[in-house]
Amino acid sequence: MSAPLIELRGITRTYGSGEALVRALDGVDLRVEQGEFVAIMGASGSGKSTAMNIIGCLDRPSAGHYLFNGVEVGTLDQDQRALLRRHYLGFVFQGYNLLARTTALENVELPLIYKGQGKAERIARAREVLARVGLEGREHHTPSQLSGGQQQRVAIARALAGDPMVVLADEPTGNLDTKRSLEIMELIQRLNREAGLTIIMVTHEEDMAAFASRLVVFTDGRVVRDTAARREPA
Amino acid sequence: MLWETVRLALTAIRRNVLRSFLTVLGVVIGVAAVIAMLTIGQGSSEQVSADVSALGANVLVLRSGTSGMGPGARDTAPALKLSDYQALQDLGSLSAVAPTVSTAQTAVYGNANRTTSIIGTTSDYLAVGGWEIARGRGFTRAEDRSGANLCIIGETVRTALFGATDPIGEKIRVKSISCEVIGLLSAKGAGSFGQDQDDLILMPIRTVQRRLLGDQDVASISVQVARNVSVSRATSDIEGLMRDRRRIAIGEEDDFSVFDMRELASMLNSVNAVLTGLLSSVAAVSLLVGGIGIMNIMLVSVTERTREIGIRLAVGAQARQVLMQFLVEAVVLSVLGGVIGILCGLALAYVGAQIMAIPFSPSLGVIALAFGFSALVGMVFGYFPARAAARLDPIEALRYQ
Repeated sequence: MSAPLIELRGITRTYGSGEALVRALDGVDLRVEQGEFVAIMGASGSGKSTAMNIIGCLDRPSAGHYLFNGVEVGTLDQDQRALLRRHYLGFVFQGYNLLARTTALENVELPLIYKGQGKAERIARAREVLARVGLEGREHHTPSQLSGGQQQRVAIARALAGDPMVVLADEPTGNLDTKRSLEIMELIQRLNREAGLTIIMVTHEEDMAAFASRLVVFTDGRVVRDTAARREPA
Repeated sequence: MLWETVRLALTAIRRNVLRSFLTVLGVVIGVAAVIAMLTIGQGSSEQVSADVSALGANVLVLRSGTSGMGPGARDTAPALKLSDYQALQDLGSLSAVAPTVSTAQTAVYGNANRTTSIIGTTSDYLAVGGWEIARGRGFTRAEDRSGANLCIIGETVRTALFGATDPIGEKIRVKSISCEVIGLLSAKGAGSFGQDQDDLILMPIRTVQRRLLGDQDVASISVQVARNVSVSRATSDIEGLMRDRRRIAIGEEDDFSVFDMRELASMLNSVNAVLTGLLSSVAAVSLLVGGIGIMNIMLVSVTERTREIGIRLAVGAQARQVLMQFLVEAVVLSVLGGVIGILCGLALAYVGAQIMAIPFSPSLGVIALAFGFSALVGMVFGYFPARAAARLDPIEALRYQ
């Protein structure tokens, strides 16, 4: 595989215009290879969330190029970006973002519905990924019947269900206590190491970033540091 | 995919049954009202048609006085007499002529009694009124003129006075007359206005005139137009004859009137149609209001489910799939409302038909129309909220608390 999986070239994202112009991203260059586990850190307003939104094809850059697997995707329209998310990307959010009053199984099935899979196929796949995140026997629990850690596992299972090339995790441990956070991070790390899944994760916490193989730090809309992290958590 | 979307919509509706029900209440009421109105309207116009065919073909009614309701010639116009009846009998354009007088009296048999209308007439009354003899016999020509103490009773009177006893040959008392029951009319049921048509006793006209009313007047003369003669020809024959008999000069107004019962019936029917249309359009307005109710709740629902929409967009739903989801939900809601409304409307129409004693005649066309219209309401009023949902920005939607 010659081209990197994700390549940002001079990505700029501005909001507003004239005097009120805000540069959330100001010429970001970033390459992520297949199989990497990248942690992105930075203060609030540093542009890390904006970068994640653009990488996740939820937002479009104002200028610059975004190549996904060697293909320009920064200029795709809304529907094309939805297809890209559907087939190649998985999301894990800080607030879990599960459908309320909907079972774990149905939550995990959701991306597969949009992939057009049949009911039986979806259920089999959803059970499989729920087992992978350690939630056998909880398939029919709704989010309110699950702990925060378990809810985040359901969210991870949902991200995995569609067999994505990249999982984007936006502060996945932000709402969890230390013990649960470490468990979730171990799960994510295992997915990266055992399945070779590419993971990009935004976090505030050094401890969590330490699970990644690479650390990227944003300040004022630019990448100011990009280093290999320590291989093992402290 | 569409079936998935419908299933999804049903799940969303089931999650909040009470709110879903309140949402569609407007549609339920609108559809129920339209269905009830149209079904009852249909029933009553069928009833009028049935009454008209029961009248016997081509019946005209002659009365003294003009047809106007206000002060007119009626007061001064001389009453019809039996001599008018005899003169009409000589007209070749008429096949049956029945003079009538009527009075409300109490009929007594044993210790049973019933206040009913006593109609004095002749044997032709059966042909003109479309009556048939169920048991016994009618009056003979000789009895028509005789003033004999005989009577033919309607089904309601038979039930009230005789119960299980065979009435033929029994004597009933009306005021001072003791008269023998010679016949029983077959039942007709209720009339256009819900009146009981079988609540009557027929007697020879002279008997009623002499013994009950004490005068020689004839209230009206009902005639049947002969088979090969047009109604207008017969009408002008009657008018000519009556003008001659009453010596009405050329240029002067008639002081009598001739009604065509069919014309009356068709007038009744068009009044009926206008009323049905009017009430149905009021009902249709409530359907419209019901649609606005759905739109309102769907808009609230879109706001409430902003995060859900964000999640769906994030996992790869396209805007048009989100649009479809909410549109289908609105349509499923209003179609459910429509179905409930159709059932309620039919139940209402059934009860109404029982009370008004008209036939219950649900029309498949009306039901299909109401169903289609409720789906349309869902589509039209669901579109705006669905578009609002589809236009959400996924980033904003995911951040929404």
